[in-house]
Amino acid sequence: MEFYDSHILSVILFTPLAGTLLMLFVPREYENAHRWLGNLFGFLGFAVSVPLVWKFDEVAHIPGFQFIEYAPWIPSIGADYRLGIDGISYLLILLTTLLGAIAILSSWSAIQSRVKEYYILLLLLQVGMLGVFMSLDFFLFYVFWEVMLVPMYFLIGVWGSDRRLYAAIKFFLYTLAGSVLMLLAILAMYFNHAAMHAAAWGCALQAVHEASTFNIEVLLAVVPSFGATLQQWLFWGVFFAFAIKVPMFPFHTWLPDAHTEAPTAGSVILAGVLLKMGTYGFLRFSVPMFPDAVKNPKIMAAVITLSIVAIIYGALVCMMQKDMKKLIAYSSVSHLGFCTLGIFVLTPAGLTGSVIQQINHGLSTGMLFLIVGVLYERRHTRLISDYGGISTPMPNFAAVYLIASLSSLGMPVLNGFIGEFTILKGVFEVNKVWAAWGSLGIVLGAAYLLWLYQRVMYGPVTNPANEKLPDLNAREMACFLPLIALCFWIGVYPAPLFRILEQPVKKIVLTVNPTYYDKPVMARPVAPPQGETAPATLPEGK
Amino acid sequence: MPSWSQFMDALRQGLPLIKPQLQLTLFGIGILLTDFFLEQRFKFLNAWVAMAGVAFSAVELWRLRGVEAPGFNGSIQVDSFFVYFGFLFLAATALVILISVRYLEIEHEHHGEYYALMLFATVGMMFMASGYDLVTLFISLETMALSFYILAGFLRNERRSNEGALKYLLLGAFSSGILAYGFSVLYGLSGSTNLGDIANAIALRPAGDILVLLALVTVSAGLFFKIAAVPFHQWAPDVYEGAPTSITAYVSVASKAASFALLMRLFLVPFWPVRANWETLLGVIAVATMTVGNFAAITQTNIKRLLAYSSIAHVGYILLGLVALNDTGLKGVAFYLFAYTFMNIGAFAVIILLRRKGLIGDELEDMNGLIHRNPGAAVLMLIFLLSLAGIPPTAGFMGKWLIFWGLIQTGHYYLAVFAALYILPAAYYYLRIVVHMWMTDVTDPVRPTISPAQWVALVAAVTIVLGAGLYPEPFLRLAAYSVILPLAR
Repeated sequence: MEFYDSHILSVILFTPLAGTLLMLFVPREYENAHRWLGNLFGFLGFAVSVPLVWKFDEVAHIPGFQFIEYAPWIPSIGADYRLGIDGISYLLILLTTLLGAIAILSSWSAIQSRVKEYYILLLLLQVGMLGVFMSLDFFLFYVFWEVMLVPMYFLIGVWGSDRRLYAAIKFFLYTLAGSVLMLLAILAMYFNHAAMHAAAWGCALQAVHEASTFNIEVLLAVVPSFGATLQQWLFWGVFFAFAIKVPMFPFHTWLPDAHTEAPTAGSVILAGVLLKMGTYGFLRFSVPMFPDAVKNPKIMAAVITLSIVAIIYGALVCMMQKDMKKLIAYSSVSHLGFCTLGIFVLTPAGLTGSVIQQINHGLSTGMLFLIVGVLYERRHTRLISDYGGISTPMPNFAAVYLIASLSSLGMPVLNGFIGEFTILKGVFEVNKVWAAWGSLGIVLGAAYLLWLYQRVMYGPVTNPANEKLPDLNAREMACFLPLIALCFWIGVYPAPLFRILEQPVKKIVLTVNPTYYDKPVMARPVAPPQGETAPATLPEGK
Repeated sequence: MPSWSQFMDALRQGLPLIKPQLQLTLFGIGILLTDFFLEQRFKFLNAWVAMAGVAFSAVELWRLRGVEAPGFNGSIQVDSFFVYFGFLFLAATALVILISVRYLEIEHEHHGEYYALMLFATVGMMFMASGYDLVTLFISLETMALSFYILAGFLRNERRSNEGALKYLLLGAFSSGILAYGFSVLYGLSGSTNLGDIANAIALRPAGDILVLLALVTVSAGLFFKIAAVPFHQWAPDVYEGAPTSITAYVSVASKAASFALLMRLFLVPFWPVRANWETLLGVIAVATMTVGNFAAITQTNIKRLLAYSSIAHVGYILLGLVALNDTGLKGVAFYLFAYTFMNIGAFAVIILLRRKGLIGDELEDMNGLIHRNPGAAVLMLIFLLSLAGIPPTAGFMGKWLIFWGLIQTGHYYLAVFAALYILPAAYYYLRIVVHMWMTDVTDPVRPTISPAQWVALVAAVTIVLGAGLYPEPFLRLAAYSVILPLAR
């Protein structure tokens, strides 16, 4: 227990890895053993992360990162094993462990071939994603960032549908393209940090290599003092890695293919967690490390334009889809556009809303992909035209699906509303036109999601094959229930989220805009009246 | 004329410094002699003898660690650079011996000469790393090359093997000629064959001296042929495809590492004063090499040819470490060659598994569904390929990391971006092999088996590839150990 208390992050990180190592020694013929083991470790992975809820210090008496773990790793290049989390990564880690467990649970009957490899890869993927959110060392971060590509490549390429090979390689190469540029940016940061030391101490560059480090905490403090030009170069260096992962507008083309072709669990993880690695990168690195670059009006305008284009374009493309899964994939482009919009307006509300929206998107889009998976497992088609009137044979499913749709489109009382509203509040502070475009995206989102629901669920059962579809079984219900509960909880009482995010967001805003909190509230561009924004203003009341 | 006693002194002083090579030579000759008395079914004993030779040589080499001394009137130089590369050659030789035995039995070409030639080639390579005199270097290079010409054509009954060997011989002889011409210019410049004297002579010449440049260009051309850099790379795919697979692994790894050792020795000692000239040259060649290697590899359907082109691309990366020309870059070259040795021999070891009676097993289709036929081999191949592509946590990634780092430190940003983006085509063609192994249905239901010797080689290779990726610290220190010397000179 003492070990667990002092190494909680490592335990969370390596629990899935322990599962994979164990499964390596179970012969592949015992498929059910692998299913049980996979689920066991999926659940264990979630269970060991739950104590974070009461161990995590929300008000952050300790400034910065918590649960820091450190062990020397590669001293000769200054890379260490260093883990730690703040409010942002804390929420994303909980999302990852929860969705991971649910994704594993959802594949019990969907995966019938090569079961052993499937569960091993899912758990490995889990390790990679958790590592990305926990790493406080750039080298370690990069290793996890890339490691996670390989299992995802296999999940799409082996268990995907018809065009899986194309989708898998496209996913791999797109992501790799961004990563290698980020690698160079990381090295450049490291090198410039060393050069700064050398200049400050007046000694040879060779001598300070031992003083320089990949430690993210140190770099977070040092990189913002680099020159503006260098910051811009570095910003663009890491930008592509994160923009491709998110994906932002012109880099999004891998996403519909990958999400559509991946098996259900793969899509859930892709949409639920993987995309958040991009936004997490923006929040953790791009904004606080290169404040001069993100404040640059040209860069800001460019990135925000791309976000708005993603919102509108993603939504419009959704309208035209014939394939349910592809529709939901494009809806991710639109929703993630909100997240990046919130990040790059650089206001506390925008940043907070963005993180909340990331969680929301993980929950609701995860559910939507599970829903398509449920239908696909029964009918082996994803075409909208093959369905119609499904609510008659599957009433419970209809209810779940409706909640997921409403949550995704931002219905009040459900989670989506909180995130989108807070983001728009943050955007409105800066620029009303941007906010207006964002609101249009919400309207379009309602349109495509409800239209999809209507075409699939309502009306008479037109296709005889759909008449006798069995409703959700207990296992499927078990996948949906925790997600639905969380959707309602965040929708009704989001205050804990705001409280958790207050400190990290404040820290980011202060790096970018040190005087932001000095201004009186009324002097800010437009402060919304207090009463209307009950959820959004809660943290300020605390 | 040196007197008899002077000669004896030189011998007494020099012999301990070449003991590793002496051991290998003795064991090589021993194999040639005992091979006569071995029946065909006992030929595998030759492999044991060769392994013993490698082991004895390694022990002698281990004793030379920390020694820094010239020998034979300055014609060889034992230093940490030599010891590092010597171990690299011995490791490659040992691994290739391990994967050769069953392969040669299947090919019905199990002769003692094979192992003897491998040991002789290793002797040549070791002298390439320790030689400090143009004559020594040239003879050692030819010792290695002649052994490889024969080994490449070892499958006498196969046309591809003969074709490859002949091409290798003709082009190799041609390039050696150019190299010898360059050496003669160097001798003319300095009146000495000792690298240190040549360096001093070149340092005294005015900048941009045409004779020095002539020597640089001709020597570089000869060396570029040996490491298969563009535009002297055309022999590689044919030789790699035709040669026995074990020898393909050997040529692609050991011959390359040895030629790089020679190249570094020459560029860092005699050509050190004109480094401004060759840095640009190497930069251009490196980018061209990566471009040709990577893009030509994409369309290949034969795995050996694919790996041949990919090895050309790797040469480009290694050259970039020399372009960076700082501590990190040179460490990167040493580490990259180390990583490349293990990951490439590992990949070839898996390809060799597919060889059986009636199937050459070097087409991409032959890999189909390997995960169902032999999961262990498929997983190992995946690890080797990811390492070759430079995906962490593998040794290949650390090699690329060091090279990029060196480039960034020395301000070669454009080269770094080029090199980084060329990971993409590389990942694409390596993943093509993965697709055949993991995502294609079985077309050939025969399950490849793995002999104990092959297991040893595969496990050793994968341990190093993953070990140097997950915990690179000791390996980085080793690489750092190798570079101390040339720069200080």
